[in-house]
Amino acid sequence: MRKTTGKKPESPRIIYFNQAAMTAPYLFWALAFIIIPLLMIFYYGLTDKTGAFTLANVAAIATAEHSKALWLALALSLVSTAICLLLAYPLAMILANRRVSQQSFLVLIFILPMWMNFLLRTLAWQTLLEKTGVINAILTFFHLPPLNIINTPGAIVLGMVYNFLPFMILPLYNSLTKIDPSVVNAAYDLGANGVQTFCRVIFPLSIPGVISGITMVFVPALTTFVISNLLGGSKILLIGNVIEQEFTQASNWHLGSGLSIVLMAFIIVNMVLTGIFDKNGEGTAL
Amino acid sequence: MSAKLIDLQHITKIYDGNTVLDDMNLYIRENEFLTLLGPSGCGKTTTLRIIGGFEKPDKGAVLFNGQDITHLPPNKRQLNTVFQKYALFPHMTIAENIAFGLKIKGKTRSYIQDKIKYALKLVNLDGFESRMPDSLSGGQQQRIAIARAIVNEPKLLLLDEPLGALDLKLRQDMQYELIRLKNELGITFIYVTHDQEEALTMSDTIVVMNQGYIQQIGTPEKIYNEPENAFVADFIGDSNILPSLMIRDELVEILGARFACVDKGFGENRPVDVVIRPEDVDLVSPEEGTLQGVVTHLIFKGVHYEMEVTANGFEWLVHSTDMFPVGTKVGIRVDPFDIQIMNKPESEDEEAVAIDA
Repeated sequence: MRKTTGKKPESPRIIYFNQAAMTAPYLFWALAFIIIPLLMIFYYGLTDKTGAFTLANVAAIATAEHSKALWLALALSLVSTAICLLLAYPLAMILANRRVSQQSFLVLIFILPMWMNFLLRTLAWQTLLEKTGVINAILTFFHLPPLNIINTPGAIVLGMVYNFLPFMILPLYNSLTKIDPSVVNAAYDLGANGVQTFCRVIFPLSIPGVISGITMVFVPALTTFVISNLLGGSKILLIGNVIEQEFTQASNWHLGSGLSIVLMAFIIVNMVLTGIFDKNGEGTAL
Repeated sequence: MSAKLIDLQHITKIYDGNTVLDDMNLYIRENEFLTLLGPSGCGKTTTLRIIGGFEKPDKGAVLFNGQDITHLPPNKRQLNTVFQKYALFPHMTIAENIAFGLKIKGKTRSYIQDKIKYALKLVNLDGFESRMPDSLSGGQQQRIAIARAIVNEPKLLLLDEPLGALDLKLRQDMQYELIRLKNELGITFIYVTHDQEEALTMSDTIVVMNQGYIQQIGTPEKIYNEPENAFVADFIGDSNILPSLMIRDELVEILGARFACVDKGFGENRPVDVVIRPEDVDLVSPEEGTLQGVVTHLIFKGVHYEMEVTANGFEWLVHSTDMFPVGTKVGIRVDPFDIQIMNKPESEDEEAVAIDA
């Protein structure tokens, strides 16, 4: 690091040019792979096959089949997010209360599943949950009734929780470790018991982490089609599956894009809502 | 004599094999302003945390008004702490911060409102109710932390280096503020600091600690003027510590010259340590001095000049309002009552334990 004190006034200019040069690669990336594709989705979503403007692709969400897929996706991702929050919060608290030397190792253990391929992990659950799968084989061996969980909404929720749990743990853990221990001690010192300290000090101070955790789980859960494909079978369609099929099977890019715009609207609503609660702007929610 | 409010009995605390406190015994009387003073790692903060309930001693007991509170959690103790970094709740307004303890205790709304007003007035921050902590300066935050603690009317207030993060001027103002608060409220204060000047200014009693042992307990005057060992002498203010020989009662040989002193009972021809404060060294003309030396350094310090005088191979630190230029030949004279004789520790271990017995 160079010292900036005592420099001549021109030095900020040099830094300015360097910064501009350094942002160029990402600007190019954003333009090519984020902004242009987004514009294309809007173009396809708001036109028909002749290229004329139409709102029909967006309005198509109102059909029984599409709206059912959307509500089911919303319901399952909300349930998954809630389960993730309930599982991750106590865990993040335990992690944050460990000694620093143990913390990074324990965090690693919980992040370890993310090192494996996402598809592979979901396929593994398929094998485990199948009617003739590993879990049922064990149950049958002990003369217990087999579980019928594959191809149910429950299996999809299980897959979502399993895959997205680390995304809930990390922001929670980060926000909990940021809390000054002496603030917690101050609450005890002023007479608060454990529950009061949690409700009035620890939880309110961890809200940025809760917000970004919810966003990081809810958004991918809402849009997933892989988990529902593999664990929900062909009968349970989420909005992600519908959009995927429009692109891959029906080759109707216009309808797929129109439905994507609707989904984006829901995600933006989620982000705005969470942003309202995230007063300090400390979270990673947009 | 008022009763013992806190009585620490045989407190021992070990962290990872390091003995931080070793068989410590200390009591604090009601209405006392007691300061735990020592370098970092001497065990002063650990002592405070044990009294506050944030640490449990490995051995020993903590008595509060005669009741054993060793295993009582912090929220059940009738005392409050002012933390080093203020520890205000960042998500609450100043009023909510101050009201925290009172709300927990289920006080009425009007009682809490009155208390907030009273406490803010006491710390000279009227009208700050709806501000957020991060919009306040360090000194203001510290005063809110004190207000938040005292509204609960604790019998005992623990202060963990509360002025450490403030600049010099603010620190001096806050010292007077704390003395005023203590006198107005009649609360017992236990104050932790490594700043000897702070300790001397504010305390009724100073406990000097080093390496987990109490070195000396006494009034500021006693600690400053009659340090019991070289550590205390060195830690409290500047001092000349000279290995010397006690010839007989009231006569000591320092660097080969004999000085009259007032101490007795050290035996005859016994090696001792002598402490002479820099302001107690009188510089006179060479023929009038008990020792002769040459001024080797001179610095103007504002109130006085700081000089170094080399005499018989020892660099004497001298504070004087009279100035002697570098190179001047001077005589050194010390009044008998300004010579403080201390037993010489025989080993480093003993240096730490010496006073504890």
